[in-house]
Amino acid sequence: MSLRNTVRSFPTLLRIGVSEAVAYRAELFIWILATTMPLVMMVLWSTVAREAPVGRFNEQGFVVYFLSAFIVRQLTGNWTAWQMNFDVRQGTLAMRLLRPVHPIATYAAEILAAVPLRILVALPVAAIMLVAGGKGLVPRDPAVWGLWAISIAFAWLIAFFINCAIGALSFFLESSLKVMDAYLALWFVFSGYTIPVELFPWGLKRVADLLPFRFALGLPIELMTGAHDRAHALGLVATQALYVLGTAILALGLWSRGTRRFAAYGG
Amino acid sequence: MISVRDLQKEYRVHKRPPGLRAAFSSLWRRSYETVKAVDGISFEIQPGERVGFLGPNGAGKTTTLKVLAGLLHPTAGEVQVNGHTPSRREDAYLKQIMLVMGQKQQLIWDLPPSETFELNRAIYDLPAVQYRETLAELTRLLELEPLVSRPTRQLSLGERMKCELAAALIHRPRVLFLDEPTIGLDVSMQVILRNFIRDYNARFGATLILTSHYMDDVAALTPRVIVIDKGRLSYDGGLDALSQRVRPEKRVVFRLQRPVEASAFEPLGKVISVDAEAAVLHVPLATVTEVVAKALASLPIRDLTVENPPLEEVMSELFGRSLARGAA
Repeated sequence: MSLRNTVRSFPTLLRIGVSEAVAYRAELFIWILATTMPLVMMVLWSTVAREAPVGRFNEQGFVVYFLSAFIVRQLTGNWTAWQMNFDVRQGTLAMRLLRPVHPIATYAAEILAAVPLRILVALPVAAIMLVAGGKGLVPRDPAVWGLWAISIAFAWLIAFFINCAIGALSFFLESSLKVMDAYLALWFVFSGYTIPVELFPWGLKRVADLLPFRFALGLPIELMTGAHDRAHALGLVATQALYVLGTAILALGLWSRGTRRFAAYGG
Repeated sequence: MISVRDLQKEYRVHKRPPGLRAAFSSLWRRSYETVKAVDGISFEIQPGERVGFLGPNGAGKTTTLKVLAGLLHPTAGEVQVNGHTPSRREDAYLKQIMLVMGQKQQLIWDLPPSETFELNRAIYDLPAVQYRETLAELTRLLELEPLVSRPTRQLSLGERMKCELAAALIHRPRVLFLDEPTIGLDVSMQVILRNFIRDYNARFGATLILTSHYMDDVAALTPRVIVIDKGRLSYDGGLDALSQRVRPEKRVVFRLQRPVEASAFEPLGKVISVDAEAAVLHVPLATVTEVVAKALASLPIRDLTVENPPLEEVMSELFGRSLARGAA
């Protein structure tokens, strides 16, 4: 399938995806409510920090961190692995394969199409974050915000390609949803979703730095909360770009080999 | 042109006996079986031809169709459709074909069909004029006007199938693969779809390959049939010739002026049924004229018809023989 055809039809895929997301608005809002784990962690860690700061975080710092985590989670949320598993097992992938547009692009459009509704939820949280944290706890350097925007895009891509890779495992396994469960268990620990990675003991932090989870969520949160100056942020975003490349190669490789095994069951 | 040479498609299937013990033992030791879904099929189909794939369930006809559509990679053999290798799924190929599956849909469930049409316009890169013309024509022929703006989930099965067909044809495919397109539809809707498909073939010269268990679909749409049985091609030719080969006899229906004993018909042929109104016989083709003359001369016949055996019976007999061979 040509890139040209995919790029040309992508705006329409997005527009139709937004219409679909709006049609599923009730489910989407319930799903968004289900991603409120950072708010729970915010209450827990703020209580801990009331006695004394933990690392660089005081009570207010944790509020800003976990509100940022909520926002980043809304912008980078992904469920392609579940959709791909369903499509492979039920044979509905056939309809995607028959069209002259790369199926991976159709999955991407479906996820991206939900972002506008998620931004609607994230914006008030961002306003609360600014009020709660004040300007002192967010970076003032516009370049860091520019890098933040890039790191959000990269985090989305890493999460998407990992989802695609795990989804494509369903061509080889009877179902790869358990792999996704295992991935999520690690993601909860190492991404910075429930605990800032910088609070890990030194050895564990080194492990977290080598794994993709932090780059799929934690880095944009760190940039939003002023954890890195411009130079350091640039280096981390460059590393994140390598993860984008690596996960893309993995996902597309598994997809390419997997579709050769597709059995198109179910009619 | 479609050219298939020695096509083979195998699946590796995990085999496990029923029961908890077998379930646990399959955790560390699994046995697999290689199933030959298609086992060395060869045929050619000319542009514009209408061909039916027939065979019992699991014979390999849908697998063959999916290989032709590029969904499945063949295990061995060579497949060419209009100069393309389907499994490569090149844009130029995908823009020429469409597979319509009665049990799967491309319509977006929560949006009106018009949105799927619009999506296909973008995906197939259709010029605006051609898109508008085709859509207007499909809307008129399939009477879609009241349907296209309602969410797909609120359409009946027949209405959905009409919209599905429109979505499939919006890019005017030159090769149309139809897998059980009328499954679950009522008789009048089946007739509408058959007529539409035949007209599409005539107008655009599109090649049409059909699998269906409804013999009315086959009789109405495909003068040529390819019978696939246990993954192998067992017949390729005209539908009438197949009927004569499987059932080299005619079905003669005598309508009676008054009741007649069944024994009076026995010398004439194989008696299928006799009641007060009519008698149905199967008579070898070569003796039909003689039998009819004899019956008219000796029995109180009011009217008679001579016809081919119903296609359902022919297929039932053909597939029954296959099962018997398999069991032997």
